[in-house]
Amino acid sequence: MLRIENLSIAINDKVILHDINLHIPKGEVHVLYGPNGTGKSTLIGTIMGFERYKVTQGKIYFKGQDITEIPLYERAKLGIGVMIQRPPTIRGLSLRQMVQICGATPEEAEIMADWMGLSEHLDRSVNDGFSGGEIKRSELLQLMAQKPELLLLDEPESGVDVENIALVGRAAKYILSGKGCQCEKGCCPHFGGNLPGKTNPLEESQNSGLIITHLGHILKYIPATKAHILFDGTLSCSGDPMEMFSCICQKGYEHCINKGCGGGL
Amino acid sequence: MADKKKLEAALEKKALYGEDIDLSKYDDSDEARTKSTEDLTAGGKSKLAKVGIELDGEGRSATFIQVDNTPVQVEVDKETPLELMNTGDAAKKHPELVEKYWWKAVAPDTDKYTAKTATEREQGYFIRVRAGHKISAPLQACIFIGHEDQLQRVHNVVIIEEGAELNIISGCASDPSVENGVHIGISEFFVEKGAKLSFTMIHNWGENVAVRPRTVAIVGEDAQYTSNYVCLERVKDVQMYPTTRLVGKGAVARLNSILVAPKGSHLDIGGKSILEVPGTRAEIITRSLSTGGTIINRGLLAGMSEGVRAHLECNGLMLSNEGRIYAIPELDAHTGNAELSHEAAVGRIAPEEIEYLMARGLSEEEATAIIVRGFLNINIEGLPESLAKKINDTLDAFSLNKGM
Repeated sequence: MLRIENLSIAINDKVILHDINLHIPKGEVHVLYGPNGTGKSTLIGTIMGFERYKVTQGKIYFKGQDITEIPLYERAKLGIGVMIQRPPTIRGLSLRQMVQICGATPEEAEIMADWMGLSEHLDRSVNDGFSGGEIKRSELLQLMAQKPELLLLDEPESGVDVENIALVGRAAKYILSGKGCQCEKGCCPHFGGNLPGKTNPLEESQNSGLIITHLGHILKYIPATKAHILFDGTLSCSGDPMEMFSCICQKGYEHCINKGCGGGL
Repeated sequence: MADKKKLEAALEKKALYGEDIDLSKYDDSDEARTKSTEDLTAGGKSKLAKVGIELDGEGRSATFIQVDNTPVQVEVDKETPLELMNTGDAAKKHPELVEKYWWKAVAPDTDKYTAKTATEREQGYFIRVRAGHKISAPLQACIFIGHEDQLQRVHNVVIIEEGAELNIISGCASDPSVENGVHIGISEFFVEKGAKLSFTMIHNWGENVAVRPRTVAIVGEDAQYTSNYVCLERVKDVQMYPTTRLVGKGAVARLNSILVAPKGSHLDIGGKSILEVPGTRAEIITRSLSTGGTIINRGLLAGMSEGVRAHLECNGLMLSNEGRIYAIPELDAHTGNAELSHEAAVGRIAPEEIEYLMARGLSEEEATAIIVRGFLNINIEGLPESLAKKINDTLDAFSLNKGM
């Protein structure tokens, strides 16, 4: 799905990341750990194609196509979707319009907003006065409508209260499942209702993801396959997401990189 | 009326703002060259539709159409209890009203434009809604320039009596063949105790038409006045500084303006609210967009009395490296207990906003158009749905046409 080869990235001529190699096969969800300021957001932003990140070397392939040079919106159309940490407010554009721009029908926008607890926000300007947690839910609502095949999430749980973390996790899982939801308002198995006789449609992922997390809460809800640590401007080691997370929590990033954290490289 | 000498002297008096216009260069004729709306050109009719005028009167309680200096259509729906006629005719019919209202809101010697209008034969619309009548379907008034070099003078008097309500849509335009012209529009609005008036004006003039409206609204106790002004198309220059005087306790005034200046347009547009008595409130909101033209956006809130509250907001967006947006918000408190505030911001579209939308699959042009459309969006309270829709449709058509 996503293959990154020898990628180096600069912001304002300053190299932030170098020699990044990463392969996320179809259906796999990878997790990105690393201390603040090491360039995790830069990596996600570069995959999406934001203007300020300049690729100085290397290639990005998505579904086999070299996308290193193609503009942001074409990458979105190809199937990449991103949740950035601090999206801007768009005054005068309602969340309802935004969700429809992302690809939802008016009915779907209503139903999905209900799942995400954002029905009351649909007619407000996008992000205008939204709390930190509301912004995360609103981003996921937009991504549910956008249906990306590669989901890039930058700290989806930061600023989200305990009750809503499950909701954020379910929404991410819903998008990753790639199966959509055929059910009526309020009865989606992942958003409150239970349909007898039906198996959970979200057990496995069809789509791929790359998720930045510091707190690890999101890992309870999504089927992460592999984790990587970004340290000193490059990807330093990889392993099992849960094992690496507990190792980092106990011993810190450096130990994990130097001594290894289970799971193997 | 001011004494004759003063008025004559004022005929040469330049306006405080805006380029001075030599009125003698224009055709001041009152000749009725267009006698009915059927005589309008197809292009003219299409411009009327753009400024919200329904020629068949569909959904309107009354219609007033003036071409050049001649009212060509004055019609009131039979069931509707309102009075509508040419201002000159009204003056003859109601001399007692002339005493009380004519030139009482706008001083005739304000400048050469008011003086010119006050000294010539009167035309324009007189509207009166008697006490307690609430009229839901909008009244439409259209002031149209049909001929080249026309000097158009209009004197409007609107009286909304105690507890009455009216919505006016005023569409002003010129025939597409008109290259040069001058429009002078004097409007005096009296919104009496507990009454409500909403006045929505859409302008669509020619590229060399100069426009000088002079509007003063006097808003009484517990009365509400809302003015919405939309000017999206190129015009040579518009200079106006409509004033609202809140003279009764609990009076509320809202002035909303949506201004677009393409290259070649010069808009000098203000809004003034004078909160004269305690407990009055005012709000002035302007969105200015320059695609190469000049917008001077003045705003003044004057808190003259205790416990008044008012807010002024002028936001400008520059879409071109040419052009200019000059925002001049002013607050003037005459008492310790006036709550006046303003916010002003002028800038270009933030690249993060464009990229945010592009990450959802929109091209740069589409993203820009959506942000511009959102910027121009003002939530106007209390406007009848048909008029709110008209404003939205006008803005949508504008955003799409410009391909922004």
